[in-house]
Amino acid sequence: MREKFDIIQSTCIPIEIDNNNTDNIIPARYLAFTTRDPKFYGEAFMHDLRYDAEGRPVESFVMNRPEYSEAPRKGVHEIIIGGQNWGSGSSREHAAWAIAGYGVRVVISNSFADIHRNNLLNCFVLPVTVSREMQLELFETVKADPQSQVLVDVPGQTVTNLATGHSESFPLNGYKKYCLMNGFDDIDFLLDNKQRIIEWESRQGTSR
Amino acid sequence: MGKTLFDKIWDKHVVQNVEDGPTQLYIDRLYAHEVTSPQAFDTLRDKGIRAFRPQKVVAMPDHNTPSDQQERIDDPVGRRQVETLKNNCEEFGIRHFDMGTHDNGIIHVVGPEKGLSLPGMTIVCGDSHTSTHGAVGAIAMGIGTSEVAQVLASQCILQSKPRTMRINIEGELQRGVVAKDVALYIMARMTTSGATGYAVEYAGSTVRNMSMEGRLTLSNLSIEMGSRAGIIAPDETTFEYLKGREYAPKGRDWDAAVEEWRLLRSDEDAVFDKEVTFRAEDIAPRITYGTNPGAGIAVDGTVPAMDEMSEAEQVQLRDMLEYMQFEPGQRLEGHPVDYIFLGACTNGRIEDFRAFASVVKGRKKADGVVAWLVPGSWQVRDQIVAEGLDKVLEEAGFEVRLPSCSSCLAMNPDKVPAGKLAISTSNRNFVGRQGPGARTILASPLTVAASAITGVITDPRKM
Repeated sequence: MREKFDIIQSTCIPIEIDNNNTDNIIPARYLAFTTRDPKFYGEAFMHDLRYDAEGRPVESFVMNRPEYSEAPRKGVHEIIIGGQNWGSGSSREHAAWAIAGYGVRVVISNSFADIHRNNLLNCFVLPVTVSREMQLELFETVKADPQSQVLVDVPGQTVTNLATGHSESFPLNGYKKYCLMNGFDDIDFLLDNKQRIIEWESRQGTSR
Repeated sequence: MGKTLFDKIWDKHVVQNVEDGPTQLYIDRLYAHEVTSPQAFDTLRDKGIRAFRPQKVVAMPDHNTPSDQQERIDDPVGRRQVETLKNNCEEFGIRHFDMGTHDNGIIHVVGPEKGLSLPGMTIVCGDSHTSTHGAVGAIAMGIGTSEVAQVLASQCILQSKPRTMRINIEGELQRGVVAKDVALYIMARMTTSGATGYAVEYAGSTVRNMSMEGRLTLSNLSIEMGSRAGIIAPDETTFEYLKGREYAPKGRDWDAAVEEWRLLRSDEDAVFDKEVTFRAEDIAPRITYGTNPGAGIAVDGTVPAMDEMSEAEQVQLRDMLEYMQFEPGQRLEGHPVDYIFLGACTNGRIEDFRAFASVVKGRKKADGVVAWLVPGSWQVRDQIVAEGLDKVLEEAGFEVRLPSCSSCLAMNPDKVPAGKLAISTSNRNFVGRQGPGARTILASPLTVAASAITGVITDPRKM
């Protein structure tokens, strides 16, 4: 049962890596599996930066530091502050499964790769696009005080750095907002529109 | 106001514009490979539905396929994934080109060469290099697995329309410079996110003079600057390439199709959201030095020096060079390489093998260099044999392997060991892309061939 989006207020994990491509978010060897188990992909999230070749946690990596290592739960680490051009490269939705499987509900960046952005939305993880200034301010705030919180108001489409009071609105079309707030999928929408598709095909003479 | 080519094809496929939302776009062709489709078929089973238009879907395994033999896959996980695709295709009535059959190959090589990708189409696949098919004059985009399920279920996806960008490349390419170098040059100029949010059209005299294979390479790499789609207006080169292909229209249908396809071009007065122009004469053979495809230089150039950049760029450069074991300001020409790879959906076509063979003919592969030459499809492999290129390559100490994604990404046995340096015709030099700890330099088939002979990074103009 997916949780519906409303207002999220949480501490954050700062992953200050620009061009954090989907090969980084989940290495290719996890792509050969046919499972849909979120936990499996969640454990692989950022794997090769989180663990060394022997499988030991890399202590210096942000997700392993004591102040950020707690697994996400309500109000804790539900939000990632990401670097520029988040999710570039491969179209693998496994990257979105890894983020969702880890327990993250929102990724904030100043820019997302197009395919990954759609994948996040389809996996009910909200990509929030902010200005470069706000992105840098959020990194600063969260690194200075890991307990500081960010508020993401989906109905109002605003994101607020509660430590500074700095707030911005973020883009989200009305259709997708409705989907996120009601747990509604694109595939459901398309299946409800079958008749329209069939009519379109017959107008084009292209059903075959 | 006139329309861009992208707009023309897009508009023709709009089923509806959702109020305050995306466009519901009709898809003419879905390609499915083994990696990004299993969970999509699961979704259909969960919902108890069939594929809506199975005849518009074509599937084949390519990522897990070994290139040394294709009797079996030793890794049980990869084997299961390939078997899953085959079973799903049987269950849902989808055309499937099985591993080891002469229909098989890398999906982005097979689609155009079989005439399954045609001008004016909308094409999607759960693979970011789907942009490749844009070279025939189609809207072709990579999608995620949820979207694969959507297309299987409804032959549609919901997409926001990207902005349009035209990239003009004008003039004649220098000797030793090919489409791959053009793409690597543009990427370095545009950065890896410079075309995010845009659909790119490639135009200009350099593109018009490119072969179909070259155009496919150019479109293939669109995603490496963030653009999901890289489209090229179809012309005589396109029609010549497609004519007689297995699934291309035949006879009177062909004539009618070509007549329609000739209209597929941006209007003279079409306005793009962004337009940039590059000069072919500025482009030298290219190599990458870092861990994203935009981190590139001329083969005889030097790695950027720290003092040229901002603090954030310095951090990124330091990380990249630490992984690559290079220094700021270093000249890479003459640097020893351990592995060379010719292949992938970027450069696994017949022209790439001809180019490679033209350089190594009458020479010998450097001792100690491991070479993987992997055709992009069985059709390419059969053509290599028919033209006798396999003999030329064999005499030079190279072996032509079996069609596969091979060493482009570490999902089959062709993995570059940790710490080893590979010069490769593939599309990504990401950390660990060719194997955990492997270091990758991207280059053209000519540059890779020259380096295979000398054992060091080599400017093909000097061969």
